[in-house]
Amino acid sequence: MDTVNTHFKWEEATGAAKYIADRHYEGLLEGRFYRSSCPRGRIKSVTLPTLPDGYHIFGADDVPGQNVLPIVEIDWPAFADQEVRFVGQVIYLVVGPDPDVVDELLNEIDVEYAPLEPAYTIEQSKALKDGAIHADDNVLDTHMLHKGDIEAGFAQAATIIEETCSTGYQEHIYLETQGAVCYPQDGKVVLEGSMQCPWYVHHTMAVVLGHDNVRAIQCPTGGGFGGKEDFPDVLAAPLAVAVEKLQQPIRLIFERGEDIATTSKRHPVTFHYKTGVDADGKIVAMDIKFDVNAGAYLSLSGIVLQRSITTATNVYDIPNVRVEGHAWATNTVPTGAFRGFGSPQNCFCMETHIHHVAKQLGADPVAFKQRHFLTAESHSLTGAEIFGDLVLDEMLHKVLDMSDYHRKFNEYTRQDGSQPERRKGIGLAIFQHGCGFAGDLEDTLVRAKVKLLKGSDGNVQILASNTDIGQGLSLTFRKIVADTLDKPLEEIQLAVPDTGIVPDSGPTVASRSILIVGYILEKAAKKLKKSWVEGEDQEITEVYCKPDYHQWDQNTYQGNAYQATSYGANVVEVEVDMATGEADITGAWAVYDIGRAIDSTIFRGQIEGGLVQALGYGSCEKLEITQDGVFAQRSMADYVIPTALDVPAIGSDLVDNPYPYGPNGAKGGGELTHNGGAAAFVAAVENAIGVPLSSIPATPEKVCEALARRSDEPSAQQREGQVKGSGPGNGAPIDED
Amino acid sequence: MKIEFYLNSHLVVVDVDPMQSLLHTLRGTMSHTATKEGCGEGECGACSVLFNDRLVNACMMPISQVQGGDVMTLEGLRQTEKGQCVINALLEAKGVQCGFCTPGMVLALYALLEADPNPTELAIRTAISGNLCRCTGYGMIVEAAKIAAEKGEGLW
Repeated sequence: MDTVNTHFKWEEATGAAKYIADRHYEGLLEGRFYRSSCPRGRIKSVTLPTLPDGYHIFGADDVPGQNVLPIVEIDWPAFADQEVRFVGQVIYLVVGPDPDVVDELLNEIDVEYAPLEPAYTIEQSKALKDGAIHADDNVLDTHMLHKGDIEAGFAQAATIIEETCSTGYQEHIYLETQGAVCYPQDGKVVLEGSMQCPWYVHHTMAVVLGHDNVRAIQCPTGGGFGGKEDFPDVLAAPLAVAVEKLQQPIRLIFERGEDIATTSKRHPVTFHYKTGVDADGKIVAMDIKFDVNAGAYLSLSGIVLQRSITTATNVYDIPNVRVEGHAWATNTVPTGAFRGFGSPQNCFCMETHIHHVAKQLGADPVAFKQRHFLTAESHSLTGAEIFGDLVLDEMLHKVLDMSDYHRKFNEYTRQDGSQPERRKGIGLAIFQHGCGFAGDLEDTLVRAKVKLLKGSDGNVQILASNTDIGQGLSLTFRKIVADTLDKPLEEIQLAVPDTGIVPDSGPTVASRSILIVGYILEKAAKKLKKSWVEGEDQEITEVYCKPDYHQWDQNTYQGNAYQATSYGANVVEVEVDMATGEADITGAWAVYDIGRAIDSTIFRGQIEGGLVQALGYGSCEKLEITQDGVFAQRSMADYVIPTALDVPAIGSDLVDNPYPYGPNGAKGGGELTHNGGAAAFVAAVENAIGVPLSSIPATPEKVCEALARRSDEPSAQQREGQVKGSGPGNGAPIDED
Repeated sequence: MKIEFYLNSHLVVVDVDPMQSLLHTLRGTMSHTATKEGCGEGECGACSVLFNDRLVNACMMPISQVQGGDVMTLEGLRQTEKGQCVINALLEAKGVQCGFCTPGMVLALYALLEADPNPTELAIRTAISGNLCRCTGYGMIVEAAKIAAEKGEGLW
């Protein structure tokens, strides 16, 4: 049986690791997609070229099973058939030995469309021009949640503050583009590639082929961040169809431009808040409405929506809340999973809004936030009791001390207009992340299962379907088992995630690998330790059962929305060039409660990587749809991510708060680290420039626009932040003073 | 067109389109796959190699320009004491996550330390600023440079 990483990351560091594009296959054919150039329309007619020997075109008619990607709903076709819904949608797969000839053939395919009016934005989707893209209202999914009594809450309010906050697309920019090779072997259709979730790929191939003689194998994967959760299905389905017919290996590897143009992105979201504050300055009611741009098909948008809804009030105890969210169908690439899965959008908007509410009331933002923290007596937004110890105050104190926040905040807030071209600012964000699947998916989607195989030599092999995509799982899993068995790490190996070998322990998503799968690995290792017989082969299987306290009703959205929640606090310091609007990030600090880290150095890698990705999200990562329905940013030169010079050394710390149902006390942490950086960055820029900002990315252009509006028209500050007030706070400028 | 050059100190000859990139030649023609393609347009640095002792993006260099020159890739560097020093430092600092940027990073750190055996934090960050990493946030790669400088004292 193949194993990976007995010497952690040695193969990657020496260049010996074989990513999908590094692998050699005999008789390999090249595949390329023919894609829709029309954002929305019916396919009227098709002209296909005459094919030279050895060249093939596959489309919807060639699918022996169902022509779908079975992600959540059966709505996204593997090959577009009657209609197209976005530019870049796959219509055909062209295959042959010479990639140049394949490219020529692509140019000779002619598809005639009967175009319909496309919708790219939420507003255009709501307008329903030329009828709905989906159902009769373009709403792919919607949900509503109530806590307390919203009417009674607003009746207690002395001030009502409204604000709209929004976030843009984010592109994953995993360093390795999407790629797969599919081939026949022993009567099965086998696919190897860059992926997070081999069982998703396995299932997709089985659905399009109509049988289960399939197998998916993960290769070393050059980053995922959610971008390789469902998207490898888009490659796998057409490849499986072609390989079953041709019985030859086919490779499909995206170039970077194709990857940026056609793969899933983080959902752009607009949140509208209406917040009621009583005469004591306490928030008594919040009405939250938000819309997510889901793209052409549902994909994972319903679950992204659910996560945003169930954590909409972030770390705050608000007694009366109403949240309503819609996922809208548009004619863009389907938006999907990206580290945080709806939480980074929600955490940015909520943190920014609470910050603005505090300023509007003339309150200190930190003290105002702290006053509203969840406590041991609180109930979550979904009505659950708080499980375990909350360490929000401890985290807050730690991060404020580490960053010298108060002294700097006071100093920077006193900067006035006479001060120089470069102004400093500091900002804070507090946040949470629900670990594991949202709601009941751990029961309904998968019953996570792992196996431990002990050989007669005493070596133990871990069989699980979770993948190391850079987050270090291949070490943390081995550590969990080695520590429990009290064995040296070298005697514990991890099997390659290959659906021909490993049980379905679920996908590598939602910060569930440690919390759920790590936990059952620990349980399996405890069983093995108890039953250990020297010199014999032994096998232990363990299946996940959720803890008793975890109760959830998917219909009413009441109960524990997640198995556990992790928390974090970030502080970011900036220096803004007042002429160009450029913000240099000069300091970043982070404190987290992830229960207890299995390996604190590995987790430090998650902290720094996640925070830098979040800082990019908040500052420079701009991805926009043009009027033609394509992304304006087409390359890594256009879509800018932080370099080593754009970010400082990060100071970080953990609060030890062991979770009883995690391996060695651990909770999830990988996604959490992306939730706070953008809000802390924007708060820091606001502190520097004295003008509110309510949307990300807060690019230099946006900073300059905000500054220009303020100098032109001082009273416009409020409108820029789109904060409307009534009652005592009405009309007060929301400036840093 | 026949092109001769030194690859990891061995003279090699390839017969390829003169405009084919060095990266394509290494990976496609010669099956040297340690050097990765991340963007194909000189932005990400995953394909960094040394050409005549200078760090270059192999995706941007036509093979015809390599005629008579000296190319070093990770396949060669990993066999040297200095290469092993950098690799070990990256592993010790846990500066390797998905590992796709790592081959380019090893070359970039090697080039830095050859030029400056005791680099400052700013010098390290400047030296790797052409090598994008989406996983680490760079901190542990910067630390790796410091480890390699310290542990490799006298080597550089």
